[in-house]
Amino acid sequence: MQAGLKMKMFSAAIVFGFAMTIPVIGTAGDTIKLGVAGAQSGDLASYGLPTVKAAELVVAQYNAKGGINGKMVELLIEDDVCKPEVATNTATKLVTDGVDVVLGHICSGATKAALPIYKEAGIVLMSPSATNPDLTQSGDYPNFFRTIASDDAQAKTEVEFAINTIGAKKIAVVHDKGDYGKGLAEFAKKFIEESGKAEVVLFEGVTPGAVDYTAIVQKIKRKGADAVIFGGYHPEASKIVSMMKKKRLKITFISDDGVKDDTFIKVAGKNAEGVYASGPQDNSANPISVAAIEAHKKTYNEDPGAFYENAYSAALALLNAVEKAGSTDMAAVIKALQTETVETPVGSIHFDERGDAVGVGFAMYQVVNGKYVPVK
Amino acid sequence: MFPVKELKRSLLISIWFAFLTFPIMVIKVDAIERTVAYRWDNMFFVAFGSFVISILAKVFILRKERRAGLKKVKKEIAEPFVQRILREPRFLYPLSLAVLVFALVFPSIFSTYQTNIMTTALMYVVLGLGLNIVVGVAGLLDLGYVAFYAVGAYSYALLNLHFDMGFWAVLPIGGLFAAFLGVLLGFPVLRLRGDYLAIVTLGFGEIIRLVLENWNAFSQGPSGIANIPRPGFFGMQMSFESGITYIYYIVVALVVFTIFVVNRLQNSRLGRAWLALREDEIACQAMGIDKTKTKLIAFSLGAFWAGLVGVIFAAKTTFVNPASFTFLESAIILSIVVLGGMGSIVGVICGALILILMPEYLRALSEYRMLAFGGILVVMMVFKPDGIISNVRRSYRFKKQSPKQVNES
Amino acid sequence: MDYFIELFFGGLTRGSIYALIALGYTMVYGIIGLINFAHGEIYMIGAFTSFIVATVLSIYGFPLLAIVVIAGLAAAVWSSAYGFTVEKLAYRPLRKAPRLAPLISAIGMSIFLQNYVLLAQTSDFLPFPELIPEFAFMEPVAHVVGSSDLVILITTTLVMVSLTCLIKFTKIGKAMRATAQDKTMAVLVGINVDRVISATFIIGSALAAIGGLLIASHIGQINFYIGFIAGIKAFTAAVLGGIGSIPGAVLGSLVLGLTESFATGYVSSDYEDVFAFSLLVLILIFKPSGLLGKAETKKV
Repeated sequence: MQAGLKMKMFSAAIVFGFAMTIPVIGTAGDTIKLGVAGAQSGDLASYGLPTVKAAELVVAQYNAKGGINGKMVELLIEDDVCKPEVATNTATKLVTDGVDVVLGHICSGATKAALPIYKEAGIVLMSPSATNPDLTQSGDYPNFFRTIASDDAQAKTEVEFAINTIGAKKIAVVHDKGDYGKGLAEFAKKFIEESGKAEVVLFEGVTPGAVDYTAIVQKIKRKGADAVIFGGYHPEASKIVSMMKKKRLKITFISDDGVKDDTFIKVAGKNAEGVYASGPQDNSANPISVAAIEAHKKTYNEDPGAFYENAYSAALALLNAVEKAGSTDMAAVIKALQTETVETPVGSIHFDERGDAVGVGFAMYQVVNGKYVPVK
Repeated sequence: MFPVKELKRSLLISIWFAFLTFPIMVIKVDAIERTVAYRWDNMFFVAFGSFVISILAKVFILRKERRAGLKKVKKEIAEPFVQRILREPRFLYPLSLAVLVFALVFPSIFSTYQTNIMTTALMYVVLGLGLNIVVGVAGLLDLGYVAFYAVGAYSYALLNLHFDMGFWAVLPIGGLFAAFLGVLLGFPVLRLRGDYLAIVTLGFGEIIRLVLENWNAFSQGPSGIANIPRPGFFGMQMSFESGITYIYYIVVALVVFTIFVVNRLQNSRLGRAWLALREDEIACQAMGIDKTKTKLIAFSLGAFWAGLVGVIFAAKTTFVNPASFTFLESAIILSIVVLGGMGSIVGVICGALILILMPEYLRALSEYRMLAFGGILVVMMVFKPDGIISNVRRSYRFKKQSPKQVNES
Repeated sequence: MDYFIELFFGGLTRGSIYALIALGYTMVYGIIGLINFAHGEIYMIGAFTSFIVATVLSIYGFPLLAIVVIAGLAAAVWSSAYGFTVEKLAYRPLRKAPRLAPLISAIGMSIFLQNYVLLAQTSDFLPFPELIPEFAFMEPVAHVVGSSDLVILITTTLVMVSLTCLIKFTKIGKAMRATAQDKTMAVLVGINVDRVISATFIIGSALAAIGGLLIASHIGQINFYIGFIAGIKAFTAAVLGGIGSIPGAVLGSLVLGLTESFATGYVSSDYEDVFAFSLLVLILIFKPSGLLGKAETKKV
């Protein structure tokens, strides 16, 4: 028995040693592999699925033209449920499958968790929706690009609008305690304080999903705020505006991209009237944007969802860079992204050295008669 | 073979389900466009599906009953096959060695992705074994276990951020922090029994998460802490693949270490005190066991493992934010313990592998994944309420005859 | 002072909402000692059913009062049906199983029901029709107590009173009390325990459905996930008041609602839940079986 055990351990050691020496075999193919990662199930799926559709349409368009430099484009679609710990698995799977460039991830947290993996594997990543400023401003992620403006740019637009256009003097800043909402609210607070023209009378977070927001609305009223800036998504925003209506509080409500969504108007109904929200600048005059939306309607029989245009633009920019660079090498792709201007639904864009798109901005919208219209 | 009475019963069941699911499965309204769609085909599927399932379930139950009837006759040999293997060192040692060898060669057989999800599953094995000390062995229902996991993860993230401490230095510190917190929590709640303890621990878990979410100056709030370094190996710089493999081996080592410690603990004086405490607190005190001390040790030891795994979690994901530490996480770890079989080490390992790997491999079911997960949880509990591998208490028998003779007599 | 009153009423409304859900938890716990994690989902299904029925009826042009009554009844009927079915499928087979097995089954059921509604309906938030109109006579005080607050308070009180009567004076109420005290003894005196347990689930689910309708109408939106947080809070409230005790559940809910409201009003809503849970821990340290719970004495 003793000897048998020793023998087994010895063979185990041999197997183990042998195992360590096997090199990891890289996959090389004759297609360009475009990875698409983001929330495709769970409660944030509605933010991630439009990106998949955008990628499918762009890839179909490229392949119809004969691919990139003779190579067909292949899609690898993976779900990360917007959770950091799942995102690392997703990223690992994509890298293992030999992905060349990645469109994604959708949420900032998941993106941050996944980025080091792509960085080490030398893969360029472009997100249509991750707005956390650190992603580009920290300098930690040279391989990260995005086709959406960052939270601080958005907060600046909102604050300038509240102070200069509305003329608010006392502003209540409310957020949903989330990654996106709280980050944005903090920038809003900072910009208001720096401007010196208005004061922040309240800075607080509400609990998403709570059954009742009476207390926070009463508090906004007591602080005598003349405007509310809300950072977060539309469900909380619509609960707050309807509660404000119920408590007869008539002040300006300004919010963000997460609220500039038609679902907000559907859910809040007539309470949504007059609400301001910032969002990507209006592209309805851009022929590429019109064509992209038409293609979506034709293929999927429905209107495109959130971040569709950004995702479409990101897919175009990525594939264009690969084409111009003539390879999928990280340095070459990055250089192409920074130097080559590409025509996209969000305008003709290229990228600065930090990874933010040049030529993408935020504009303010207001709900008028059940529709978001740009504020002049 | 199948009586008409049963068919009638199944028919009634299918009618009931058709009624039950009528508003949600059949009607779909659009409040904006003000249109109603009736999806009658769904009703047919529900009725047909529940009819078939009820018949299958009945057949299954009948067969189970018949087998149970047979079992009673020869109870002595009916001890589950798995249990027999586990008790016999003759089978157990080679078997565990084989599993270990398989675990060691795993990264070279499978892809990096497979290794990565296996690492996650093994982390849950350790978490499950840790919680098993508290829930399974000592019988203290803890619904806020994830708090200690969070403490471990944030210990590494913060100590690394502020003091530039490395993985190996923080690993024990994270565990100790969590254990300390376990003691801190344990003191006030020790008087509580059963489900009161459950809700307090749940509240405690939520408090920890909320503090991490709101106290920006301390934890950087909901945007989390990024760029946490992976564990180093004597300052060696590793490629991405070998980094993952390296973490995998760290976790395998931790699993082996945990199994060893937990196994030794269970058969120790302390382990028996825990078991006694679980069975009857008052009798236990009467036997002279220090209730407070015993419970506190269980709590802090359980927390210690969660802290260790937390540190590894931070190092593996390289990013932490409070969203990873919700109540659902606690619920999943608890499910691992109960599903696997409370108190049984092998059971907990099986439970963790099934529950964590299942959603990964259920990806094929895409959007039906979580539905299946919930359903499987219920079905498993209903058909195997003791868990996959139920723990058999160590019993000592005075053997006068050889086992063979017992059977014959 | 005005501000105090505003917060007080806000807290009262919130507490009443919790109470409607907490009653289901506490009744089930009192009888079979199970934390029914799927109860929050029953509440969600109640809200969804009333949403679907109310929207359909309003499309077909029914008057508001008829819509409210029919939607309320439909929600109560279907929620009860779900409660009954869940008990039969997921808890009854486990009645003799180890204590934690039904808990895990309940968690599984909760995940299952959430995803079932998600798949059969939608993941989006849906606009809930305004079932409680703005009463003209409430206008002068609308900034403090709105019409929906009033309706919620009145309904909760009515429900509370009728539930107490039911438990105290009817035959099934007596059977419930007997079963809660001693299941074996109840069987011996000829009570059909299975039926009593089913009745408990049906009543608890119907209450949750009424809660679902009121809350959804109050906040104007629903989705498949609303049951989770409401369920956890109601459960906390039930434990706070002493789980198993019906007046305790109401008292606990009100205390919890008021605490959250005042914590938000006078301190910060950032830590509203921290206050709620800290209060729970504090109360349980000094009164280990909740505010109105009976102290367990265990005989050896």
